[in-house]
Amino acid sequence: MLEIKGLSMNYGQRCVLNNIGLKAREGEVVGIIGPNGSGKTTMLKAITKVLKPTYGAVLIDGKDVREMESNEIAKNVAVVSQVISINFEFSVEDIVLMGRTPYIRSSESTEDIKIAMDALKKTNIYHLKDRLITQLSGGELQRVIIARALAQTPKILLLDEPTSHLDITNQIDVLNLVKEASRKGLVVVAVIHDLNLAAYYCDKICLLRDGDVIATGTPRDVLTSSNIGVAFNLPVEVTENSKTNSIFVMPVLEPRNEVSNQR
Amino acid sequence: MAKFGRSVVLILALILIVVIITNTAIGSTLISPLITAKILLANFFPVEHTWLDKHETIIIGVRLPRVLLAAFVGGALSTAGCAMQGLLKNPMADPYIIGMSSGAALGASLGFVLMLPVHLMSFMLAVLAIFVVYNISKVGGKVPVDTLLLSGIAIGSLLSAITSMIIFLAQSPHKIIFWIMGGLWNASWEELRITSVMIIFGVLVLYRYAWKLNVMLLGEEEAHYLGVDIEHVKRYVLVFSALVTAAAVSVSGIIGFVGLIIPHIMRILVGPDHRILFPASTLMGAIFLVLCDTFSRTIIAPNELPVGVVTAMFGAPFFIYLLRKRRNSLYA
Repeated sequence: MLEIKGLSMNYGQRCVLNNIGLKAREGEVVGIIGPNGSGKTTMLKAITKVLKPTYGAVLIDGKDVREMESNEIAKNVAVVSQVISINFEFSVEDIVLMGRTPYIRSSESTEDIKIAMDALKKTNIYHLKDRLITQLSGGELQRVIIARALAQTPKILLLDEPTSHLDITNQIDVLNLVKEASRKGLVVVAVIHDLNLAAYYCDKICLLRDGDVIATGTPRDVLTSSNIGVAFNLPVEVTENSKTNSIFVMPVLEPRNEVSNQR
Repeated sequence: MAKFGRSVVLILALILIVVIITNTAIGSTLISPLITAKILLANFFPVEHTWLDKHETIIIGVRLPRVLLAAFVGGALSTAGCAMQGLLKNPMADPYIIGMSSGAALGASLGFVLMLPVHLMSFMLAVLAIFVVYNISKVGGKVPVDTLLLSGIAIGSLLSAITSMIIFLAQSPHKIIFWIMGGLWNASWEELRITSVMIIFGVLVLYRYAWKLNVMLLGEEEAHYLGVDIEHVKRYVLVFSALVTAAAVSVSGIIGFVGLIIPHIMRILVGPDHRILFPASTLMGAIFLVLCDTFSRTIIAPNELPVGVVTAMFGAPFFIYLLRKRRNSLYA
């Protein structure tokens, strides 16, 4: 279980996160949403000890990350960040095997290789294993990065906008993979920009604005037009989508001037 | 590990052995490679004694230590360059760029002027230069790459200025100038022993960081997420690159080009995986410097060219050829 308790972060005088509390359990996909600059990425960085909290603590199964070596954190937490490209000619297999880094002493064992192969199969990219990473498409690359994260055999999977530069099919594929991983007992915390995908895939959503948690709870409770209006400063309409059994968020826009009307 | 990479390393190792034997045979006194090989083998196996004793003296006493020293120095410079380029993700990086060569040169000049042991002085100042540069670039427990490069260049200029002043004031500046140009004419078994131990030790330690350097190519933040203690890797790779470079420079003077270009050539050939790239660079650096040194000591015999001149004159055109052949950049 991942537990964030009274987390505050200051960059100099500026307060980026203010007294954040959040719990994420095994099998749960927790979405973090909020406008740019609301502190989402900072929160992920605090979880992996890239940044040290000014106040408060991040606990993994009750243990404070500040008391953990970077190696130990990497055994517990895997991060899928927005990798646009890798410019070094490693094979896909090598990149995924790098997920085993926290476990490897001098050279990789057959166990490490087996886990990396399993991760390749789970993410449906086993057939790409001998390809060079520089030759992959954006969607394939993102799957490689997820495979590498799974090869870390973590308890917690953090995703920082994993789908923001992917086409719609790849977005769905990637989020399905993540959902599946969570159902197998991972704690998943994801920063997602697309409110509708967040509503559909997340079990719990944490809405941030200017470093404060505005609301936490189920997508239906959090993604109300008033909450979103406050957080994003944008009028939206929230409707039910009976086919997905989820909610649908649409910004309230001016009626379109159709070209055909002007003729 | 790619099979191709492994076979490249194996082939390079065989080439190095052949190069060492044939280049020991080359010199002002004509000794055939076959006899040279026999003389060399006689140290390990019982071989029928069919050669002249004076040939044995030339081979074992004079040429072999020089050829081996060239191999060790070349391997050391190239390995250290490879480590620095990987660590700093900068194609311009070599052990010299962060102030080592200037430190070594200043140490040697002080050694000549103050009648102190030249090797020891250059070794100590080279290590001292790295230590100063590293600590200057340290910001809150971290060493950002660009700060490291810039402070290396700054300290390097400062030390070079002091060296120039010493040369200007010295009574016999030519000694210092010759040393700075780089050469292996002082090679002896005693030198070889100390240098080779330091180089073998340092190079083997660097090999152990191959995997972590691979991971760090993904970026420092990614590497952190994968559990690599980045600052630890930086510190150790810098220290041991400095150690092997200082060990090499203290006996050879400043031989440019090997540490910068050989790792690039090997990266083009075998790719970025340090598990292959490290041994390939070490072997290629050794082969390259042995060949260059033979050229420098024979081309205008009985005089010698500084080997640094030769390394650049052969290496630069070949490197430019490879660079043009390959369209995409080495580091994006």
